[in-house]
Amino acid sequence: MKSLKLVTLATLVTLSVGATFSSLAASVPEEKLATLRQAPLNTNPTPPVMQKVRNTDVKQVRNYPMQPPVIPHKIDGYQIDLKVNKCMSCHARKRVGDSQAPMVSVTHYMDRENNFLADLSPRRYFCTQCHVPQLDAKTMVDNEFIDIDHLIKAEAVKH
Amino acid sequence: MLDKLKKIWQVLRKPSVHFSLGFLTLGGFVAGVIFWGGFNTALEATNQEAFCIGCHEMENNVYQELKSTIHFTNRSGVRATCPDCHVPHNWTDKIARKMQASKEVWGKIFGTINTRDKFEAKRRELAEHEWERLKANDSLECRNCHNFDYMDFTRQSTRAANMHSTSLASGEKTCIDCHKGIAHHLPDMKGVEGF
Repeated sequence: MKSLKLVTLATLVTLSVGATFSSLAASVPEEKLATLRQAPLNTNPTPPVMQKVRNTDVKQVRNYPMQPPVIPHKIDGYQIDLKVNKCMSCHARKRVGDSQAPMVSVTHYMDRENNFLADLSPRRYFCTQCHVPQLDAKTMVDNEFIDIDHLIKAEAVKH
Repeated sequence: MLDKLKKIWQVLRKPSVHFSLGFLTLGGFVAGVIFWGGFNTALEATNQEAFCIGCHEMENNVYQELKSTIHFTNRSGVRATCPDCHVPHNWTDKIARKMQASKEVWGKIFGTINTRDKFEAKRRELAEHEWERLKANDSLECRNCHNFDYMDFTRQSTRAANMHSTSLASGEKTCIDCHKGIAHHLPDMKGVEGF
């Protein structure tokens, strides 16, 4: 009886180990790795040329109403830490008069209980968590996003 | 005391007994050249970046912060060293700044900012001194390279051109008013105008 148990255990272990290895191998085939990395794993490829940030200062259309607006200018060296938030030197409520930049929306002044605060809410303090500058780059992966207006129009055509 | 001064005065007034007029004039001239040359060489030596970052206070804090900014590394390889921005280029102003800097020697000897924490605690005060200096001289050290008369607004971004052609052109604002923290990290900016 005891030996039978041992044998079953051994079989189970062998099977599971084998399964793990095979599943690993199956999930990321080697040639796919190479297409993402553009080079064999044991080499250090030359990184692609740095892309230029779009510095047009022209507001971009949002793809959906809740989308955090993208930054239409360079933000090189902008310091955002506990001491200072460089973005706010133009986009804060009191600064937009001088800077003529859009004020951050009022939601940034609200805490999670929807109380309005005098200053930026700590949970909305780190701008680049949601807002990012844009590159003039080709998309790495095809984007299948469809604007809601297009969806509505398509529905209307169907009926 | 007065007697002593009188004696010195008499010695100075008397014509030289042992040395010829030619020796005294030429010798004085040569000694003057050597003294002046030596003085300026020493002054120049203290105006080198290597001298500035000879102190670990400067090398480990502000110099490291400068390294990632456009004033240190950029596409064309023109860079600003410490004295380009922090020491006036004009001779009299330079001497005045060097005399002020004697306080920095005091700070070095007594370790006023010899740890990162001490430096961070003093950062606002140190930054304010530099802002005040640049505000008072209309950002002269910036303008030694960035000459307003030769700025081409059409080559600037819309935002930059707007600001430079209005506030800066009218003299209402100077470089440092908007470009604080251009080469080093900013301190806590609570209460600073424009932040």
